[in-house]
Amino acid sequence: MSIIFERPRSLTDKPFHYCPGCTHGLVHRLVAEVIDELDIQANTIGVEPVGCAVSAHDYFDIDMQEAAHGRAPAVATGIKRVWPDKVVFTYQGDGDLASIGMAEIVHAAARGERITTIFINNAIFGMTGGQMAPTSLLGQVTTTSPHGRDAGSAGYPIRVSELLATLQGAAYVARVSVHDVKNIARAKRSIKKAFTTQIEDKGFSIVEVLSTCPINWGMTPADSLKWLQDNMIPYYPLGELKVDGEGVINR
Amino acid sequence: MGTVTERDDEMIHIVFFEDICKGCGLCTSVCPEGIVSINKDRINASGYNPAGVTDETKCTGCAFCARICPDIAIRIEKVS
Repeated sequence: MSIIFERPRSLTDKPFHYCPGCTHGLVHRLVAEVIDELDIQANTIGVEPVGCAVSAHDYFDIDMQEAAHGRAPAVATGIKRVWPDKVVFTYQGDGDLASIGMAEIVHAAARGERITTIFINNAIFGMTGGQMAPTSLLGQVTTTSPHGRDAGSAGYPIRVSELLATLQGAAYVARVSVHDVKNIARAKRSIKKAFTTQIEDKGFSIVEVLSTCPINWGMTPADSLKWLQDNMIPYYPLGELKVDGEGVINR
Repeated sequence: MGTVTERDDEMIHIVFFEDICKGCGLCTSVCPEGIVSINKDRINASGYNPAGVTDETKCTGCAFCARICPDIAIRIEKVS
């Protein structure tokens, strides 16, 4: 008997607490598969956010550190500078990274910290019950924008990857999606490139993963993936924005 | 056009870990053979109807179901 597909070694056996169809578990798995493939399980330290993934230490079978809301890049900076030989990554949602944590992520990228950020963008605050996030789309209905996000009062959604790609310290910037099997494979390749960028000491690396929140979007898991494809990708185009510190057009 | 020869000595076995399945149905939406479905006759310990396979002999081992499963509730084996 041979195994075609099984749970990666860098995850514990604990079942995910995430809602049915939530793509957090899927992205956890991709990160764990990359850690397995690079054979860095014993040498990797993760920094977890405040948000739905606040208990990620229960799932990753590696060393993890919790950070205050939005401050994961600052905590990861400290860890990496004390242990430059470790592979250090943060795992953050859009509420954590693009709202309260915007200063930390911008400056970590500007300093070119040798850390990797996995940024989950599902255009909403998930854990707190579906409030409008900085990444919510115009017209998107959330509990704090019941008539749809209005640019006049709430401004425009932030394209975090494009913003960070302008900074010289950011060596690898990519936006991927997990709405179908092909894109899941691409997402994993980008996550691996981001980790490799850090291991090769090239600078800061980030992968923005377009994700779903079926419960707070009020849709079935399958409809959520369709909504992501139809509504998020036109505003948040997929592809690599920077590779090895150079801007690229690879979309 | 050549003919595709089936190897009788190999078959694919799909293991569904029903206890951790949340019945989200994403696996049923990607199966090219249409053999993965939610089993309405079963309820797991968490109260969900888990996914299962209807005709395992048609499985090609593409693992699409396993790759899109957010809960890693599927393992794919090749049995000789």
